[in-house]
Amino acid sequence: MKDAVAPVLPREHYLNVNYGIRSWLLTIDHKRIALLYLVSVTFFFFLGGAFAVSFRLELLTPQGDLVQAETYNKLFSMHGIIMVWFFLVPVIPNVLGNFLVPMMIGARDLAFPRLNLASWYLFNLGGLFMLYAVLSGGVDTGWTFYTPYSSLFSNTSVVITVLGIFISGFASILTGLNFIVTIHTMRAPGMTWFRLPLFIWSHYATSLILVLATPVLAIVLLLVMAERLFHIGIFDPALGGDPLLFQHLFWFYSHPAVYIMVLPAMGVVSELIATFSRKRIFGYSAVAFASVAIAVFGFLVWGHHMFITGQSVYGSMVFSFLSYAVAVPSAIKVFNWTATLYKGSIAYDTPMLYALGFIGLFTIGGLTGLFLAALGLDVHVTDTYFVIAHFHYIMVGGTVMAYLGGIHYWWPKISGRMYPEGWAKLGALIVFVGFNLTFFPQFILGYLGMPRRYYAYPEEFQILNVMSSAGASILGVGYILPMVYLVWSMRYGPSVVANPWPATGLEWRTTSPPPTENFAQTPVVTWEAYEFMPREETEVVGKLTPADQPT
Amino acid sequence: MSDAHSVLAHHFDNLEQQREAGTLGMWIFLVTEVLFFGGLFTAYTIYRMLYPVAFADASLHLDTTLGAINTAVLICSSLTMALAVYGSQVGNRMLLILCLLLTIVLGAAFLGIKFTEYAHKFAEHLVPGSAFSYGKPELRQQAELFFSLYFAMTGLHALHMVIGVGILAVLVFQAWRGHFSPVYYAPVELTGLYWHFVDIVWIFLFPLLYLIGLHLGGASHV
Repeated sequence: MKDAVAPVLPREHYLNVNYGIRSWLLTIDHKRIALLYLVSVTFFFFLGGAFAVSFRLELLTPQGDLVQAETYNKLFSMHGIIMVWFFLVPVIPNVLGNFLVPMMIGARDLAFPRLNLASWYLFNLGGLFMLYAVLSGGVDTGWTFYTPYSSLFSNTSVVITVLGIFISGFASILTGLNFIVTIHTMRAPGMTWFRLPLFIWSHYATSLILVLATPVLAIVLLLVMAERLFHIGIFDPALGGDPLLFQHLFWFYSHPAVYIMVLPAMGVVSELIATFSRKRIFGYSAVAFASVAIAVFGFLVWGHHMFITGQSVYGSMVFSFLSYAVAVPSAIKVFNWTATLYKGSIAYDTPMLYALGFIGLFTIGGLTGLFLAALGLDVHVTDTYFVIAHFHYIMVGGTVMAYLGGIHYWWPKISGRMYPEGWAKLGALIVFVGFNLTFFPQFILGYLGMPRRYYAYPEEFQILNVMSSAGASILGVGYILPMVYLVWSMRYGPSVVANPWPATGLEWRTTSPPPTENFAQTPVVTWEAYEFMPREETEVVGKLTPADQPT
Repeated sequence: MSDAHSVLAHHFDNLEQQREAGTLGMWIFLVTEVLFFGGLFTAYTIYRMLYPVAFADASLHLDTTLGAINTAVLICSSLTMALAVYGSQVGNRMLLILCLLLTIVLGAAFLGIKFTEYAHKFAEHLVPGSAFSYGKPELRQQAELFFSLYFAMTGLHALHMVIGVGILAVLVFQAWRGHFSPVYYAPVELTGLYWHFVDIVWIFLFPLLYLIGLHLGGASHV
């Protein structure tokens, strides 16, 4: 439907209903809190990226010549800590999830709005401790904090850093708690479980992990602090302790944590694929159940991070088998997204480019995970760049791309403006090229034997390292570009209608940007998820879903 | 008394939904607490399996009598807490305030006895660290591990009790102001859930820490 005149933004919406710093810092509106989180995680993303720039510069040459070895240890440690806990874990749930979960289910807010705001403050408090640690030299333990180095021998700010992560963990727990209660108790009339968008199913599964796994991280971090401060000996072999106890407790959280990082991204991808194929996600129930299955199985595989620790080989075999099993629901999702594309009406808007990129890169990342889950092969490639490439394909090629796709897709809803499509497509292309140039060589490096966390390497590995560093610089450009044009669009971008794509989903049935209470009237849902009308009908009649038909 | 509309938060449709959400939220929080304490219980399980003799021997140094008294104190406090919840549900303000106060008193008694135990352990050089000394040198290292876990687990539990007493004090103040009624008593009910959880943790801590050496026939070393 073509408008003769540009659409006018609603007179009052959540962004202009109140002005002033207090109205933002004391808000209980989930949409404003989502934007507060957006600012925080973006800051941490670029901080973590700065550390990456530093060590990729060092890795341009085979010798360790840019920084000292101890400094290099700090660079990769801080990169990992910041990226994992202060970007990847919170980004999609706390930015997109906070904004969209209430809207997608037809609610006015989350179940506990004040806990939501408290979680943002806790997140930043944890971040402040971590920043203090950065300024006092950082830690050199790796993001994994293995004992007894972290608990006894490291002379860096371990306690402060660990305290920062501990505090930020409460933000995770409160977020997960909020989402679970909201989804259970605040769905609009007619919004049954199997009419929910798959984004909600993904965030529900993620919340289960947030709530069950994060407390275990909290206790193991407390024990590391206690060991450092009081020498209690719980991880010190000389005092009867066992360093491997740390690894078991740590990975019991950290493996499910990687599903915290990828499940929300999968939820975003389901929304993008459906909208830009104008088709219901193939096998809706399978995708929904697969999300929960990933969450459950994800708790059973932590030992695959410990194959070479000398643990029982029978235990390792069980963990290996279960690691193959957990790949099945992920694969089901990839197959179902692909089947959704088949005979769909495909549009190649920027969000779709990111979603398609996700499918390809996540598949590579996931398959290489299976390489690592094979015991014999893992002995060869563990603790090499192969592992680094594997998880960056999922975290960056997967989660970050899905996040960018989601930000672009929901940007009109969030801001009332459309981003410039040409620049956005360019940005997506630069990200895709930069990403692959950065990380594909690392698979080869790892397979050839280059260990991770080393600042010097044999001469023959230089060409691949240079390619990787060059790719990183391109990737950086790809990330800065959206920063620039998204901010630009807030002022100069064309204003949008309520449903610009058009898409299904309750969030598109209210104005862009939405009012504070989300909906003028609580919607009553009488249709299934992803019920698209044929394009001709929607353009001629201006209708979208069966519910839009005149009664 | 409290007006039904003023206690309904803007984002809920009715009090029933609000109550349901609050209760579910508290149960989920308690599940996170189970996982939190669970990490320490895991460490305890592993080290007890590795060092059964040392753990049993070290356990004999704990004052079982004081531990048993504390168990009785906590169970009684759960009774008074449940009565407080009942009082709020039926609108009996006096019963509510009285039982909240009794729960605080019992909780404080528990903490007082705990503090006394800690003081005894300090005097007997059983606090892990440089001042730690143990009668049987061959068990010293492992006994120190036991006491590390003892202080970590009971300390974390005591911290939860302190927080609980603080929340109860706030509730007393609110109850005095007439904040609760049969229409709105959720904070009391949810605090009750929390308090009962803290009680249950102690029910596990007491036998695992205090009672594991008694079968060896040795008398308590205290």
